[in-house]
Amino acid sequence: MENLINIFVKSVFVDNMIFAYFLGMCSYLAVSKTVKTSVGLGIAVVFVLGITVPIDYLLHNYVLKKGALVWLGENFANIDLSFLSFIMFIAVIASMVQLVEMVIEKFSPALYISLGIFLPLIAVNCAILGGSLFMQQREYQNIAEATSFGLGSGVGFLLAIVGIAAIREKIRYSNVPAPLRGLGITFIITGLMGIAFMSFMGIKL
Amino acid sequence: MKFLRNFIDKIKPGFQEGGKLYMFHSFFDAIETFLYVPDTVTGPRGAHIRDAMDMKRTMMMVIIALVPSLLFGMWNVGHWHFLAFGEDADFWQTFWFGFLKVLPIIVVSYVVGLGIEIIFAQSRKHEVNEGYFVTGFLIPLIVPVDTPLWMLAIAIAFAVVLGKEVFGGTGMNILNPALTVRAFLFFAYPGWMSGDSVWIEGMTKNAGMLVDGFSGATPLAEAAAGNVANLPSIMDMLIGIVPGSIGETSVIAIFAGAIILLWTGVGSWKIMLSMFAGGLLMGLTLNLFAVNPYMELPAWEHLLLGGFAFGAVFMATDPVTATQTEKGKWIYGFLTGLLAILIRVLNPAYPEGVMLAILFMNVFAPLIDHYVVEANIKKRLKRAQTKG
Repeated sequence: MENLINIFVKSVFVDNMIFAYFLGMCSYLAVSKTVKTSVGLGIAVVFVLGITVPIDYLLHNYVLKKGALVWLGENFANIDLSFLSFIMFIAVIASMVQLVEMVIEKFSPALYISLGIFLPLIAVNCAILGGSLFMQQREYQNIAEATSFGLGSGVGFLLAIVGIAAIREKIRYSNVPAPLRGLGITFIITGLMGIAFMSFMGIKL
Repeated sequence: MKFLRNFIDKIKPGFQEGGKLYMFHSFFDAIETFLYVPDTVTGPRGAHIRDAMDMKRTMMMVIIALVPSLLFGMWNVGHWHFLAFGEDADFWQTFWFGFLKVLPIIVVSYVVGLGIEIIFAQSRKHEVNEGYFVTGFLIPLIVPVDTPLWMLAIAIAFAVVLGKEVFGGTGMNILNPALTVRAFLFFAYPGWMSGDSVWIEGMTKNAGMLVDGFSGATPLAEAAAGNVANLPSIMDMLIGIVPGSIGETSVIAIFAGAIILLWTGVGSWKIMLSMFAGGLLMGLTLNLFAVNPYMELPAWEHLLLGGFAFGAVFMATDPVTATQTEKGKWIYGFLTGLLAILIRVLNPAYPEGVMLAILFMNVFAPLIDHYVVEANIKKRLKRAQTKG
């Protein structure tokens, strides 16, 4: 249990998808204009990461990894399907995103409209694929750890996008120099937020 | 003083629109309003304005509140220098030595920061704000005395341009500029911002001439290394006779400043109180789960150590970067205190957590405000519906 909390906290603050790896920047920059839509997108990302990472974990460990197919019989012990990782992971992510899209359209049409094109684009959000690939690389011990990592990464993304959305709402009427308006100042804010997130670098629980 | 007023009135037309010296009008404005109470009030722009009090007077109050810390810091610089090199000095010699060491830092801070500010004000046609008077005064108080001046200049340029002016100047920044300076120095030149020797003037350059066995480690560094027994006495910590950044050591001087801020209503008592409460709670929690001597350190002692008091009184209460709503102030202060102690004790990478905790909460202050306001709207809607 302690281990799971450790992985969760670490993936929220220390290995934050946005501030430590700068993954998922496109939707982070594009949908962070208001807090309301950014919360919606953030929760969608938490949901997708929380489902795809454990599914990909199962795929990785029981299908793709070298020797993973040994449960079919001794003859399969030498088969290595890891070259299929990308395509399999993306297939899982794309189908999950379709599911999320249908759910949101059904239960919150307003959010569905305000998220617009960025909802289907979660499928190609690098943070999502990044989550699965980090899971593969870090070799988590069991599915609970992988789930905890997936949810933590999602919550980290949620925290980042909601934080910047509130800041962007606050500075909406600021007298920002003309060339920096819009994305320019958002990049600067992201950098400054990154400094603040440095406070958790190196924490070991 | 009459002649000064007359002189300013005489040269004023030259700085007004169409005058020969119009290009320097921001600078002139700044000097004039600095010397005399202006007959105009601060305009309605600026998200931080919550009161009819002119911003200039608000900022001057903070500077007055900082003076005790600065004066004590000067003495402390001299005191540790003479102690480290084994020289005898009386009170005035000690103070004078510290004064001469701190003065260049203050000058660099003002020249670089105000210079950039005036350039921006001039080209972007807004007035030079007094925000920088406070920032420029805070910076010397939160850096180690041995920081090279050119590093300081670079950090100030970074903080003023990227931390403040790109957002539109005073009142628009999201991170506290003084802390941005320190964070920049900390991450860009870590060797000069931590360790055992930077806190004492001359110790990095003349390490060979030190008194035998002298260590310039700050109390926090000692505690982090597990030498809790080496901590200075409570009295020393209260008065501030410990190595540390120039103005952060003396709890008593900071307390005097806090009284001025609270009495004039410039600083928020809610943030100060809740930050101390947060720190205390975190300290107690760590005591409960203590596995090493540092975690066993009494919670209240944490509040006297390092920059906690200084951060709580002067940094977290910054009216621009803190939360603006009253309920938000409680949450903001509490979380800042909590995080400060958490980072300080649990993160081996940083000896002190106050700076980063405040920066972290600066980032999330708008979010706290957003939800406090939302909750308020919901509550009132509900009330209106039940009545109607």
